Amino acid sequence: MIRSRRVMTAMLLLAMPFSAVAMGQDEEPQEDHVQAFFDKLETEYHGFYEVRSGYRLQNDPQEKDMSIMEARYQFDLFSMRDWGDVKIKGDVYGDGVEEKGVFDLREANIFARPTDTVDVKLGRQVLTWGTGDLIFINDLFPKDWQSFFIGRDVEYLKAPSDAAKISLFMDWANLDIAYTPEFDSDRFISGERISYWNPALGGPAGKDNTLSTERRREFFEEDELALRLYRNIKSYELAVYGYWGYWKSPGGFNQTMSAAVFPELYVYGASLRGNVGKGIGNVELGYYDSADDRDGDDARINNSEMRYLIGYTQEIGRDFNAGVQYYVEQMLDYNDYEDNQPGGMPKRDEFRHLTTLRLTKLLMNQNLNLSLFTYYSPSDEDVYLRPIANYKASDNLSVEVGANIFCGDEPYTFFGQFEDNTNAYLAVRYSF
Amino acid sequence: MTRIPNVTLLSLIIALSAVGTAQSADVPDVQTIVNKANIVAYYQGDNGKAKVKMTITDKRGQKRNREFTILRQDVADGGDQNYFVYFQRPSDVRRMTYMVHKHAAIDKDDDRWLYMPALDVVNRIAGGDKRTSFVGSDFLYEDVSGRSLDEDEHELTEVTDAVFIVKNTPKKPGSVEFSYYTVVIDRKNFVPMKMEFFDKTGKLYRTIESTEVKTIQDFPTVTKSVVQDLKTGSKTEMEFSGVKYDLKLKNVFQERYLRRPPREAMR
Repeated sequence: MIRSRRVMTAMLLLAMPFSAVAMGQDEEPQEDHVQAFFDKLETEYHGFYEVRSGYRLQNDPQEKDMSIMEARYQFDLFSMRDWGDVKIKGDVYGDGVEEKGVFDLREANIFARPTDTVDVKLGRQVLTWGTGDLIFINDLFPKDWQSFFIGRDVEYLKAPSDAAKISLFMDWANLDIAYTPEFDSDRFISGERISYWNPALGGPAGKDNTLSTERRREFFEEDELALRLYRNIKSYELAVYGYWGYWKSPGGFNQTMSAAVFPELYVYGASLRGNVGKGIGNVELGYYDSADDRDGDDARINNSEMRYLIGYTQEIGRDFNAGVQYYVEQMLDYNDYEDNQPGGMPKRDEFRHLTTLRLTKLLMNQNLNLSLFTYYSPSDEDVYLRPIANYKASDNLSVEVGANIFCGDEPYTFFGQFEDNTNAYLAVRYSF
Repeated sequence: MTRIPNVTLLSLIIALSAVGTAQSADVPDVQTIVNKANIVAYYQGDNGKAKVKMTITDKRGQKRNREFTILRQDVADGGDQNYFVYFQRPSDVRRMTYMVHKHAAIDKDDDRWLYMPALDVVNRIAGGDKRTSFVGSDFLYEDVSGRSLDEDEHELTEVTDAVFIVKNTPKKPGSVEFSYYTVVIDRKNFVPMKMEFFDKTGKLYRTIESTEVKTIQDFPTVTKSVVQDLKTGSKTEMEFSGVKYDLKLKNVFQERYLRRPPREAMR
């Protein structure tokens, strides 16, 4: 009780500057002294205040009704120096669902261009590459699926990496090298906020049954290396990728099935993107080499996979865009998987087919953004819908409503397992 | 004696025709005029840089601001161009970058990229309808990067001491919302001073005016312009500052600089 009161106080304190600033909106925010302080340090200071609140639209025996309830302050400091740039971005928020205050350092890095052909970025940073739209094959940088499913801003789908990124620019191609000395896993679905199908329990699990995992924490031993070699041929972007690390979300269980583990994973892939007809087409594929179960006969560890993606985006009307994707995961050594799967456990299909559709329409001088992103799997027979309406009331103030809708025929398929987590949310954000 | 009137007549004819030639030498043909105006409006120097401040005012008087830096490099005068845009305001688009490889050929779509720093993602944007709003303002993409001259038939409708007036009629009327537009071009420097767009019923509905012209590095440069949408009652003012031409600019029009803009764009 005391604890939750403290959290409420913290949330109110966080929300207060928000409401104060929101009232005096339109003109300069009332932060001039803070701004002046950073100006003196030749540092740009920006950020936002946000409140976000959401509820499950049905009862979930594993979780609270409240899916998200937070007051958030993000600061973003950026300074250009002669030798390079410094960036620090962090979030402080009061979390009303977990009843705690959280500090999440999103970025803390230095960037430099030591020569004409080299860029270096060191420190905590968000990394992305690949051609998929909310589907990732060769992007093995950490994702935060929990934030994505509970309705935080899509920015939070990308979790930061503590890494060194070195980019080399040559005449014939460019090379990105991202080295992460200590494995950064996804912020995966653990039951904390989103209930899920737990194969070890053979049933749904939630906050009272969170997934325990064996973390990998050996600095410079349990590390990750990701490479991208790319070049443009005319206006087509061609890239090849390599990754040496671990399954980013748990990809198996330990001997006693008491904890989920992150088995070794190597990925090799390629992508191509460019103009096709009136739109943009992309293809991407990747070979997932599950090094701890190369024969596919270990029922506890993910088999190797092939992953394929083809996509197309086009403007279909004024300020109206549509994008479609077709994605396939193919489990390799499927016979070995079938032979070794213990009886009574639901079996995965050899092929998982997934289609996506994105519709985005801008209205009211592009101040109202209506978007719908749909995942539909004909093989799993499940669906995940993300409708979002975002209205910019002014340059500083925006209001967003959205929902995360899951449905499926089976309680253990990729999206079907989240059916009871279907939620809707409302957010108000003041940016400065 | 009888021959005198003839001589007079002859000299009169000569004099008249001399006036005629003098005038046609002074008034270039319409293609030359639109070519020159196009170069002046979009191709000054080999490259250029400007800081742009946009103020969008809707009919209720509510204002929204946009601030960005724009870098331009011509691939060929009057032809292909590269653009790089670095957004500073509003804060929700701050540090976003936008890049265009503009292709002058009508049948070739521009290549466009958008980088969103919060997600570190480089998106390819489908080359769409160029008559959609640029960043929510009353300016259209086509106003910012130029409408291909081959899209319209040009007709010189009026010549005064100060200006040429050219009427432009689209070759494919179905592809645009106007039936024609006129451009008032300053005779001495070929700066387009005013554009007026007429809808399918022939009614004026949209104007773009150059409200301030300065000479920068010997190039006449529009430093303030305003577009008015007479149908919605909305207007957008655009102000250019820090204009520079013929910079020592590396090839910044590539993914490397989208992810981390060149210092030229950030300052």
